[in-house]
Amino acid sequence: MKNLFNKLGERLNRVSSMKLTLLAVLSALIVGAFIIIFSDVDNLKNGDILGAISTVGSAYWALVVGSFGSLRAISNTINSSTPLILCGVSVAIAFKAGLFNIGATGQMLAGGMTALWVGFAMDGPGIIQVPLAILAGAIGGAVFGAIPGVLKARTGAHEVITTIMLNNMAAFFILWLLKTDLFQREDRTDPISKLVSAQGRLPRLFGFLDGRSDLVAHIGFIVAIGAVVAYWWFLKKTTTGFEFRAYGLNADAATYAGMHVKRLTVLSMVFAGGFAGLAGAAEVLGTYGYASTNFAGNIGFDAIAIALLGQSSPLGTMFAAILFGALQAGGRQMQTNSDVPIDLIIVLRALIVMFIAAPLLIKTIWRTKSAHVSAGQTFRGWGS
Amino acid sequence: MNLAIETAPLLSNEQRKRARNVGFSLIFLALISAFFFSGRPGDAGFKLVDSFTLVLPSQPFARALAVLLGALGAVQLYRGFGKWTNVVLAISTGAFVVGFLAWATSGGSFNLTGMLQDTVTRSVPITLGAIAGILCERSGIINIAIEGQLLGGAFAGAVVGSLYGPWAGVLGAIVMGVALSALLAVFAIRFRVDQVIVGFAINFFSLGLTSFLSQRVLTEHPEYNIVKPFTPYAIPLLSDIPVIGVALFTQTYFVYISVIAVVLTTWFMYRTRWGLRTRAIGEYPQAAGTLGVDVIRLRYRNVWIAGAVAGLGGAWWPIGTVGRFDQNITSGRGFIALAAVIFGRWHPVGALTAALVFGLAEAIQLKMSNLDTGIPSEFLLMAPYIVTLIVVAGFVGRSRAPKAAGQAYDASK
Repeated sequence: MKNLFNKLGERLNRVSSMKLTLLAVLSALIVGAFIIIFSDVDNLKNGDILGAISTVGSAYWALVVGSFGSLRAISNTINSSTPLILCGVSVAIAFKAGLFNIGATGQMLAGGMTALWVGFAMDGPGIIQVPLAILAGAIGGAVFGAIPGVLKARTGAHEVITTIMLNNMAAFFILWLLKTDLFQREDRTDPISKLVSAQGRLPRLFGFLDGRSDLVAHIGFIVAIGAVVAYWWFLKKTTTGFEFRAYGLNADAATYAGMHVKRLTVLSMVFAGGFAGLAGAAEVLGTYGYASTNFAGNIGFDAIAIALLGQSSPLGTMFAAILFGALQAGGRQMQTNSDVPIDLIIVLRALIVMFIAAPLLIKTIWRTKSAHVSAGQTFRGWGS
Repeated sequence: MNLAIETAPLLSNEQRKRARNVGFSLIFLALISAFFFSGRPGDAGFKLVDSFTLVLPSQPFARALAVLLGALGAVQLYRGFGKWTNVVLAISTGAFVVGFLAWATSGGSFNLTGMLQDTVTRSVPITLGAIAGILCERSGIINIAIEGQLLGGAFAGAVVGSLYGPWAGVLGAIVMGVALSALLAVFAIRFRVDQVIVGFAINFFSLGLTSFLSQRVLTEHPEYNIVKPFTPYAIPLLSDIPVIGVALFTQTYFVYISVIAVVLTTWFMYRTRWGLRTRAIGEYPQAAGTLGVDVIRLRYRNVWIAGAVAGLGGAWWPIGTVGRFDQNITSGRGFIALAAVIFGRWHPVGALTAALVFGLAEAIQLKMSNLDTGIPSEFLLMAPYIVTLIVVAGFVGRSRAPKAAGQAYDASK
C-alpha cells in the first residue's frame, strides 16, 4: 500500500513538474514578447504600439509553424535536436560524476574529424562504413575527452580550465587539419574538407518518402535516442553508473566506500567525450557531409544549458534538447517571416532555464501550489 | 644519513611532487631551447624604442638559454629553491618566451615594446572579470556569469557611450554589470537557485539579448553604435622610461583603473574588516552568521560590486579599443577570466598575473601571423593554451577554493 502511495506521489510530482515547465516556457515567452516590443524602435517612435504588438504575434506564430507546423518543420526540429541531445548527454553524464564538462565543443570537433576521416578514407558499402565512422567519432571524442579526465585524476588540474584550453586548441588544430592535403577539398584554398561519399552519409530519416529532399533529418537522431537509453541504462543498471552517482553526490563518501575515484574521473570524461564525439560524427556525416572550421558551432555551450534544464536525467536532458532544437528550427522560420532576429531564441532559452531553476519564482508569479521541484545537480565546485 | 629523508617531513607529498615537476619542466624547456630554438641561424631584432633595436643572435642565445634553464632545473631537482621556486619559475618562463621569440623572429625584426604594450592592454578585461569572480567567490557565490556581465557591459558601454560620450558609456556599462549581477544575486541568494545554473542562464540571456538588440536596433541605427574610444594617456615622467614607459604608462585609463582595482581589492580583502568578513562567509557562513555577520546582506553587496567591476571590464571593448559593439564581442574572455580566478588561486594579484599571461598569449597570437617560422601558424597559435594546460597541470594542481562557494546560505541550518 505504502509503495503504491509513493508511486502515486511520484506521478503527481511529475505532473506538477510538467506544469512548472509549461509555466516557465509561458513566462519566458511573455518576457520575450516585451523584448520584441521594446526593441521595435521605429514603430515605437511613430507611436504605433499595435504594430509592435502584431510583430510579436507573427514572430511567435512562425516559431510554432517552423518547429512543428509541417513534416518539414518537424524534420528540421529533429535535425537541430540531434547534436543537442548527444552533447546534452555528454555534459549530463559528467555532471552526474560531479564534473563540469565545458569541453563538449572540442570533443565534438575531435569526434567529427575522426568520423569524417573514416567517412572519406573508406569506400565500403554504407552498411559497414557508416557504423564504423560513427564508432570512430565516438572514439575520437572519447580520447580527446580523456585528456582533461587524466589531467584531473593525476594532477588535480581543474576540468573547467583544461576543457576551455582544449576547446581552443581543438579549434586551431582543426583549422590546420582542414588545410592539409589529407582533409582539404581538392579545388579549394579555404579550410574546408572533402565530401563524405554518398555511401558514407548517414541515411535520411524520411528517406522512404520519394522526392522530399528537403527533409534533412538523418538517422543520427536514432543514434541520439540510443545514447539516451544507454545513458539511462548505465546510470540505473550498472555498478559503475551507481558509482558515478555516488561520486557526484559526495566525493568523500565515495572515496571512503572504496571506489576508485580517479578511475571514475577519467571514465566520466571518456564517456562525456564519447557522446560529444557522436554528436560531431552526426553533424559531419549526417547534416553537412563535410567539415568546416565551425561545424560544432555553439552546440557545446547550448548543451550545458540543456543538461542543467534536464537536471542531468536521461529523459529530462532529451526533452530539454528537443525543446531547444524546436526553438532553433522555429527561430529560423521566425527570422524569415518576421524581421525578429533568431537571437531571440537564445534569450528565450536563458529565460526558460532561469524560470525552471527557480520554482519559487514561478510559484510567486503564477500563484500555483505545485510541489517543490528540487534543482538539478551540477558539479562539485572548484575544490578537488 | 640521506639528506632527502631529513628534509622530507617539511614538505607534503604534493609539494614534493610539484617541486619535482618544476625541476623536470625546466629541464624540458632547456631541451627545447637546445635542440629546437637553436635550429635557426640568423639574428633576431627586437625593436625596443624607435632609435634602438636589440639584436640577439638566435643560435648562441638559444644555447645560452638552454644552459641556464638546464642549470636551474638541475639545482631545483638536487636541492630545490624552496620559497624562491615561483620566482625562479617566473624568470625562466620569461626567458623561455624571449628565446621562443628570438627563434621565431630570427632573420627578421620584431616590435617587442609594442607587444608588451599589447599584452597589458589585452589583460584588462580578463583582470577585471577575474576580480569580479574573486569578489563573488570569496563570499561564497560562484560567478560563472562573468562572460555575460562583460558582454552586457560592452553593449551598454557602446550604446550609452554613443549617446552621451565615453565616460557616460563607462557608467552605463557599470550599471548594466550591476543589473546583471543583481539578477545573479536575487536568484542565488533569495531564491537559492543553483549558482551554476543561474550563472549560465545569465550568460545566455546576455548573449541573446545583446545579439538580438544589436541585430534589430544597432544595424538600422548605426548612430547608437559609434563611441569615441579613450586615447592612451601618457603618465608624465613615468612614460619617459624606455620600454616600460610605453608598456605600462602609456595606456588608456582602463589599464590604470584595473591596476587600482587589483590593489584596492587586495587591500580590502586582506586588511579590512569587510575583507575578513567576506572571506569568512565564503568559508563558513554559518559560523560568521552566528557571530553576527549579516551574511545575506554582505553577499548581496559583494555580488553587486563584482557586477560593477565586470561591467567596467566590458566597457573596455567599445571604449578602450574599437569604438563599437559587435555580436559576442567578448568571445569567451569571461571564461578565460574564470580560468584566471582558479589559476590565480582566488587572489587578486594571482589573477592579475594569470591575466597578463593570457594577455601575452593574445598579443603573441596577433604578432605571430607576421612571422615566418616554417611551422604552421595554427600550432603557434595553440601554444599559449598548451602552456596554460601544462602550467595548470604541473604547478598549480589542486587549488583550494573558498569552501562555501556554490552553497546557498540558510540561517536555520
